[in-house]
Amino acid sequence: MSWPVTLRLGLTLTAVFLAAALVSFVWTPQGVEALNIGAKLKPPGAEYWFGTDHFGRDVASMVMVGARTSIAVAILAVGIGIGAGVPLGLWAAARRGGWVDEVIMRGNDLIFAFPSLVIAILITAVFGPSATNAILAIGIFNIPVFARVTRGGAISLWTLDYIRAAQVAGKGRARISAEHILPNIANLLIVQGTIQFSLGILAEAGLSYVGLGAQPPTPSWGRMLAEAQTMVSFAPWLALFPGLAIVLTVLGLNLIGDGLRDLLDPRLRRAR
Amino acid sequence: MSLLSVEALLLSIQGTTILRDVSFAMRKGEVFGLVGESGSGKSMTALAIMGLAPAAATLGGRAMMAGQNLLELSETAMCALRGNEVGMIFQEPMTALNPVKTIGDQVAETLIVHGAANRAGAAKAARERLDRVGLHGDAFPLSRYPHELSGGQRQRVCIAMAVALRPKLLIADEPTTALDVTTQAQILDLLKGLVADEDMALMLITHDLAVVAGMADHVAVMQKGRIVEQGETGAVFRERTHDYTRRLFAASAHQPARRPIATAEPLLVADGVTREYRLPRRHLFGAHPRLTAVKAASFTLHRGESLGLVGESGCGKSTLTRAILGLDPIQGGAITLGGQQVTAPDVPPSLRARMQVVFQDPYGSFNPRHRVERLVAEPFHLAPAPVDERRERVALALGEVGLSPDDMGKYIHEFSGGQRQRIAIARALIVRPDLIVLDEAVSALDVRVRAQVLDLLAALQESHALSYLFISHDLSVVRAVTDRVLVMRAGEIVEEGATEAVFAAPRHSYTQSLIAAAPRIPAQWQDGG
Repeated sequence: MSWPVTLRLGLTLTAVFLAAALVSFVWTPQGVEALNIGAKLKPPGAEYWFGTDHFGRDVASMVMVGARTSIAVAILAVGIGIGAGVPLGLWAAARRGGWVDEVIMRGNDLIFAFPSLVIAILITAVFGPSATNAILAIGIFNIPVFARVTRGGAISLWTLDYIRAAQVAGKGRARISAEHILPNIANLLIVQGTIQFSLGILAEAGLSYVGLGAQPPTPSWGRMLAEAQTMVSFAPWLALFPGLAIVLTVLGLNLIGDGLRDLLDPRLRRAR
Repeated sequence: MSLLSVEALLLSIQGTTILRDVSFAMRKGEVFGLVGESGSGKSMTALAIMGLAPAAATLGGRAMMAGQNLLELSETAMCALRGNEVGMIFQEPMTALNPVKTIGDQVAETLIVHGAANRAGAAKAARERLDRVGLHGDAFPLSRYPHELSGGQRQRVCIAMAVALRPKLLIADEPTTALDVTTQAQILDLLKGLVADEDMALMLITHDLAVVAGMADHVAVMQKGRIVEQGETGAVFRERTHDYTRRLFAASAHQPARRPIATAEPLLVADGVTREYRLPRRHLFGAHPRLTAVKAASFTLHRGESLGLVGESGCGKSTLTRAILGLDPIQGGAITLGGQQVTAPDVPPSLRARMQVVFQDPYGSFNPRHRVERLVAEPFHLAPAPVDERRERVALALGEVGLSPDDMGKYIHEFSGGQRQRIAIARALIVRPDLIVLDEAVSALDVRVRAQVLDLLAALQESHALSYLFISHDLSVVRAVTDRVLVMRAGEIVEEGATEAVFAAPRHSYTQSLIAAAPRIPAQWQDGG
C-alpha cells in the first residue's frame, strides 16, 4: 500500500521538529540561558545560524528548546482530551438516548459555547500563568472534541451484529465499549489526535504570546514572537524563525491528520 | 436482429481475469436472465457494458449495440447513451435515491440532463412515468421525498428514472433481492409489463433461479467469469446439460436430511408478549406516543424442535427476537426458557448461556480486530472455563462446524461468507445452549453454501439435541428445515401450525398471499436432471 504524499510530507516536517526537540536535551548550538550582550542582535551567520536576540541569546538554540515546550504542552493537552473525552463519549454512546447521554453531550455543548482562548486566559489569569495551567486550559477544550468524535463513531458501531453477539454473550456495556467499540474507532481518534495536537501547539503559542504560557527563562515560540515584535524592523530574523517553526509544525501535523484519514478510511481508500 | 450482442467479452484487473469469453445476444421485447453466485461476474458484465467498469480494468471483445461497440465509446458518448438508450436499476433502493431531492425532481433530472425536455415538460413526463410504475398522482405527488416511501415504492421510483427516456435496454441488477416477497412479485410484474409495453430488452441479473424461471425468455448461467450454459429458459432449466447448472438446481431445492427429535417438553414459552416503543414527543408537554411492535404474541417452542418464524420486514420479528434474547425489556406478558423467566436486561448468565444466536450478515457479525479463537470463545463470559479447556472446546466447536482447529489463529477477513457463518454457529455452540436463534442466518449465502450450512444445522440439531428458532423471510428454506411455523404480520402472529400443513393449506389470507407471491420454478421443469 502506498502512503499518500501529504502523509509523507507531514511526517517529514514533524520528524524534523521532534528531532530538534529531542536533540536539544543533550546539545544545542549555544547555551539558551547564557546572556552575551556583546553578541546581541547578530544577523544569521555561521556562528549563530538564526542570529541572536537583544540579550545575545542564540535564536536557533531557543527555537530547538522551544519545540520541546510546545510539543510537551500539546501532548499533555491532547492526553487530557483523550483521557477524559473518550470515556465520556463511550459512556454517552452506551447509554445513547438516555439521560446520561443527554447530560454528557449538553455539558460538551456548554464548553464548546465559550471561545476557548478566552477561557484559557481566564484560567491562567486566575491560577497564575505557567506551563501547567496552559496545559490544563488547552486540555479542557480538547475534552468535548474527543467526546463528540468518540460518541459519533461508537453509536454507528452499536447497531452492528457483533455487538449484539457480545450482548447475547452477557457482556455489559462497559466491557463491550472497551473490547469491541474502542479498538474499532481507534483510527478516528488517531486522526483527531493529530489535528488537536496541532491546535494545541497553536494555542500554546497564543498563550505564551500574551504572556500566559511558559514563563521565562523557559524558551517558548509564542514568547519569542512577542519579544521580537518591537524589533521586527531592524532584526526580522527574531520573528521569522519562531514563526516559521510554528507554521511548519502545525502544517506538518495537519498533513499527517489528512494523510492518516485518507489511509485509514476504507471508503476514501477505494476511491483513490 | 439482436439489440445488443456481446462477443468474447474479456475483463481483467491488474492481471487477474474477471470475465472471459462472455458472449450472448439480447433481442427487443425479451427478458434475458443472467444467473450465478456472488463473485461469478454477472454484475461486472453489466458494468462493463455500461462503461462503468473500474478504472483499473482492461477490456477485450465487443459489445455491439446499433452498430457501435460500447466498449470503445468515449466517456462523453457513453454519458449520452446511459439513461437515454440504456437504463439501469440496482439492488438497494434505500441508497439509490438522493435523500434531499423530491422524487419528481429525480425522475425529471434524467430528462433534463439529456435535453429531452424543458423543466415544465420534464415535470409532466415525470408524472406520467411515475403513474406508469404504479405511483399515482393522488397518493404520490412529485413533491414526495424518498424517506416518505417504502422500499418497494423507492424501487418503483428507480425504475421510473431508468425508463424515463424509454431506453431500448434496461439492466436490472438484483432488483428485488432487498425486497419482501409480496413486493418482489409486484416489482417483477411491473418490469414484465414495461418490457411488453415499450418493446424494451431487459437484462435481469439475479442469484435466484426461481425469479429467472418466472421472468426470462433466455437465460445464461455464469460461473467464475464464464457463461457455462445458455439458451431458452425452459430448455436450460429442463435439460441442465452443464454440471454446474445441475448443482445450482440441486442446491436451490435442497432438503436437508432431518430426523425430527422434537419432544413434547416446552422449552421456550412466550405468553402474550407485548413490546412497545416510546416515540419522541410531538409537543413540548405532550405525552410520548407509543408504537406497539409486537402485540400479545404467544407461542411455545418444544425441546428439540425447529420452529420457523416468517414475516415481511417490519412485521416485528426482529423485535420479538431481541425480547426473547433478553436484550430489550417487554411491556406485557412473559417469556420463560426452561421454566425460568427471561427478565431483560439483567438476565442471569446461567440462563443466557442456554440460548445463543446466529445473525444474518456474515460480514458484520464479528469484531474484525480479534482472532477466531477469541471470537468463538466470547460466550465463555457466561460460563467461565479454565484457559486450557477453552482452547480445547474452541477447537472442538470449529471441528464440529467443519473447520480446522488451525483456523483459531486467523482473523475473520480470511474467511468466506459461508465459513464465517460456520464460525458464528461455532460461537453459538461453545456454551452448549439448548436453543439457538437463527436470525436470517442463511439469507445472505449463495444457494450451494446455504445448502451446506442447512445440512450442518440439521446434523448439529441431532447430535446436540438443539432447538432452533428459525427466523426468515425465505419461505422455501423455512419449509425445508422446520417442524412447525409461525406467520407474523404487523406485530401479531396470524397463523401457527405444522410446517407442511401451513404450506399445503394456508388458512389465513396473509399466509396465502405470501405463499402465492413466492417465486418458484415450474414443477414440470424440476423433474429432469
